[in-house]
Amino acid sequence: MNYFPDEVLEHVFDFITSHKDRNSVSLVCKSWYKIERYSRQRVFIGNCYSISPERLIARFPGLKSLTLKGKPHFADFNLVPHDWGGFVYPWIEALAKSRIGLEELRLKRMVVSDESLELLSKSFVNFKSLVLVSCEGFTTDGLAAIAANCRFLRELDLQENEVDDHRGHWLSCFPESCTSLISLNFACLRGEVNLGALERLVSRSPNLKSLRLNRAVPLDTLQKLLMRAPQLVDLGIGSYVHDPFSEAYNKLKIAIQRCKSIRSLSGFLEVAPHCMSAIYPICGNLTFLNLSYAPGLHGNKLMKLIQHCRKLQRLWILDCIGDKGLGVVALTCKELQELRVFPSDPFEAGNAAVTEEGLVLVSAGCPKLNSLLYFCQQMTNAALITVAKNCPNFIRFRLCILDPIKPDPVTNQPLDEGFGAIVQSCKGLKRLSLSGLLTDQVFLYIGMYAEQLEMLSIAFAADSDKGMLYVLNGCKKLRKLEIRDCPFGDAALLEDVGKYETMRSLWMSSCEVTLGGCKSVAEKMPSLNVEIIDESEQMEFNLDDKQKVDKMYLYRTLVGHRKDAPEYVWIL
Amino acid sequence: MSPPLLGVEEEVQSSVSSPSVECISENGMGLKERNYLGLSDCSSVDSSGVSSNLNLATELRLGLPGSQSPERETEFCLLNLGKLDEKPLFPLLPSKDGICSSSQKNVVTGNKRGFSDTMDGFSEVKGYVYTEKSWMFHEAGSDSESPQSVGHGKYPGNSGVNVILSTRSPGVQASVKQDEPANVLQEQPRATNGTSLKQTVISNNTTGAPAAKAQVVGWPPIRPFRTKTLAASSKNNDEVDGKPGPGALFVKVIMDGAPYLRKVDLRTYSTYQELSSALEKMFSCFTLGQCGSHGTAGKEILSESRLKDLLHGSEYVVTYKDKDGDWMLVGDVPWEMFIETCKRLKIMKSSNAIGLAPRAVEKSKANNKKEFGYGC
Repeated sequence: MNYFPDEVLEHVFDFITSHKDRNSVSLVCKSWYKIERYSRQRVFIGNCYSISPERLIARFPGLKSLTLKGKPHFADFNLVPHDWGGFVYPWIEALAKSRIGLEELRLKRMVVSDESLELLSKSFVNFKSLVLVSCEGFTTDGLAAIAANCRFLRELDLQENEVDDHRGHWLSCFPESCTSLISLNFACLRGEVNLGALERLVSRSPNLKSLRLNRAVPLDTLQKLLMRAPQLVDLGIGSYVHDPFSEAYNKLKIAIQRCKSIRSLSGFLEVAPHCMSAIYPICGNLTFLNLSYAPGLHGNKLMKLIQHCRKLQRLWILDCIGDKGLGVVALTCKELQELRVFPSDPFEAGNAAVTEEGLVLVSAGCPKLNSLLYFCQQMTNAALITVAKNCPNFIRFRLCILDPIKPDPVTNQPLDEGFGAIVQSCKGLKRLSLSGLLTDQVFLYIGMYAEQLEMLSIAFAADSDKGMLYVLNGCKKLRKLEIRDCPFGDAALLEDVGKYETMRSLWMSSCEVTLGGCKSVAEKMPSLNVEIIDESEQMEFNLDDKQKVDKMYLYRTLVGHRKDAPEYVWIL
Repeated sequence: MSPPLLGVEEEVQSSVSSPSVECISENGMGLKERNYLGLSDCSSVDSSGVSSNLNLATELRLGLPGSQSPERETEFCLLNLGKLDEKPLFPLLPSKDGICSSSQKNVVTGNKRGFSDTMDGFSEVKGYVYTEKSWMFHEAGSDSESPQSVGHGKYPGNSGVNVILSTRSPGVQASVKQDEPANVLQEQPRATNGTSLKQTVISNNTTGAPAAKAQVVGWPPIRPFRTKTLAASSKNNDEVDGKPGPGALFVKVIMDGAPYLRKVDLRTYSTYQELSSALEKMFSCFTLGQCGSHGTAGKEILSESRLKDLLHGSEYVVTYKDKDGDWMLVGDVPWEMFIETCKRLKIMKSSNAIGLAPRAVEKSKANNKKEFGYGC
């Protein structure tokens, strides 16, 4: 390899796009490290506190696309206080100062202020793509800045963010000269938008492939938009309520039929179920259907819709589909790879309409199934064993029984054997979430069989430290472990502290670990940040090492303690 | 209000087979006791060996014979109960509506999800009462010293699942961030016997509602964004019945100072006059109170015109919340347009309505909202 000039190697490296592979390439030798770093354009940082923006910039001066993740995953479920951290501003500031030619920024679970968005919009001339997932802290004013200042914007994708909506006018901030939009997703905004501005924007965006509207966009606007953008590939419908006998509906039917490229459909935030027949003409081509925000669609209307979707590969749905509906899915969607069934009524425990039966039906009918998120009323070992046999290709298997410690209702046994079958059969399993009544045994199985497991989520499970130890010892590829309400204590935590350096992070809340145990980890492993999150002020008054820690989050880092932690976070 | 109750009752009626873990899922202890509004379980496991606290107003003590009776934490529970019974949503609204009207669409800053929750579908929040479950735990491993007892393993310390409840009172609730309830609970003494107090507190979801049921924080693992969006969807489906097409169009009517709300079907009226008469009749009992006279005699004396004076004169104004979430003065737009856009009605004291001016039909969607928000 010494015989090749750098340019050739660089050219070769261009074909290596996966982050993991590029990371490996950079480890081969110094010269490869150098070539790789100068040619690297896309960087993924799974924990924004593991590295600093300065070091990132120093190593990758050619950076064009940055992906950052902030808060730990359990922040999605209100387990992490809002101002814990994950601020993007310092990153944007640093990138701007160093004149990095940033073109794409993708953020997940970060705090994004309007100031950050404004700075972003003004600092990078070629900025093209902003993707925000589960972020918070900004308002539509920040979006207005992006719209107004990013002259070559191609993608503005907002997914499930908490946005303070000041109504409407941000869409009007796209200048007339902006014609480059390829993807626009504002489904998570709750406010009104300027419909005229929206129509004009879509009209002058010939490359628009993905458009996801919010609830405030009514049907007649939808129809006009579709007429102007028949080339759409991905459509998110906001409001779908209308009179089936109206002119607007007829026009809509015509407009939809022209959209022969639509492969992905979502939204239906408000829906009139008797009007779904207008959608049938495009159902046959759909590969992704997301009805998980459409509680108004259920029963026969829903099933009829599904029956038209023979090419579906990914389906996100609410549990009001019922086991019966899942049976229809199993019969119709033979190409199905990913299924997510969300609870329509999560806190009404008696109402989850799907059980193990629905899952078994889908597993039998859809052998390509490899990714599952399933909220259900109950699960049995027998069902899990059957599913494991039917679908050995699972990469992601996340099961959430609404009652978190429910055993197999038929046998009254824990679900150890069922999950054991899953990990044994699915040799490529990378992500697993457990629920139901579980003992240490399931962790023994996981440790033994789940060789590719990278992320494990545990709640209300296990009997003793052994459970955690099985996992830490057995799962060599484990990167993220998150545990809540399990009886794991210091013995498990301290058994092999070196392991945590091979992982991205460990979260433990409401377990048995003590302050002393956490301090011990911190002492032994200076390359880890061990954070204790305690809002109750107990930490201030009572620093007894034997005290149990409510929430502990530890992660490897190259840059030591972070400086932006709020006062209730103690970094040991 | 009713949804939470219903939910609770359903749970309560499911059968209980034995004090084993499985029952937890069914919650039923065979208890038919009332759980008022499914509130507040201020249960928590504390070191005194007492298991969960039961928030029920009754003497109901959890459980099957032989199990430990939970003590009560009176400060939390009874207080809640009382208040909740009397004032389902009302206390929240006058103070909140004004603000929330301007921010109906989920004004959320990083920290204040709680507020948006109160605005959105609080009453729709259905939690479920975990206390029963915790009680079951206690039976299963009633020795609180060793939570991991029995073959059930799990449930570490029992405390994990229960948590409970959220608020002290609706009033407090409204003004309290979601984080606060957590603090409240966390003030309880931690178990010193090795059982960790898993203080989880409510509100995984939109619990602005005082009627929120007890839930474990963060369970089920669903993003709050999803829960809020779904709650808002069902609220919309409830209130705005037919968009096009016939059918009743019930909207809530709030009156400043009244202890409860009413609902009117806008489709049964065809003019503003009819609506205002109906409102007067509905709320006359309250205005009578204001006047200081009671009883039917009082009603006769107070003629319609006098009431009108009250309602439209110096005392009260009738306002409505439109599709955009703005509070508008009733009477500006044609009746047909009004019923298409009206989401709810509010009879406010004139003094509170300062700042509300008759608006043109085409209104700007700018910062006016905030003015009105504070004016309300």
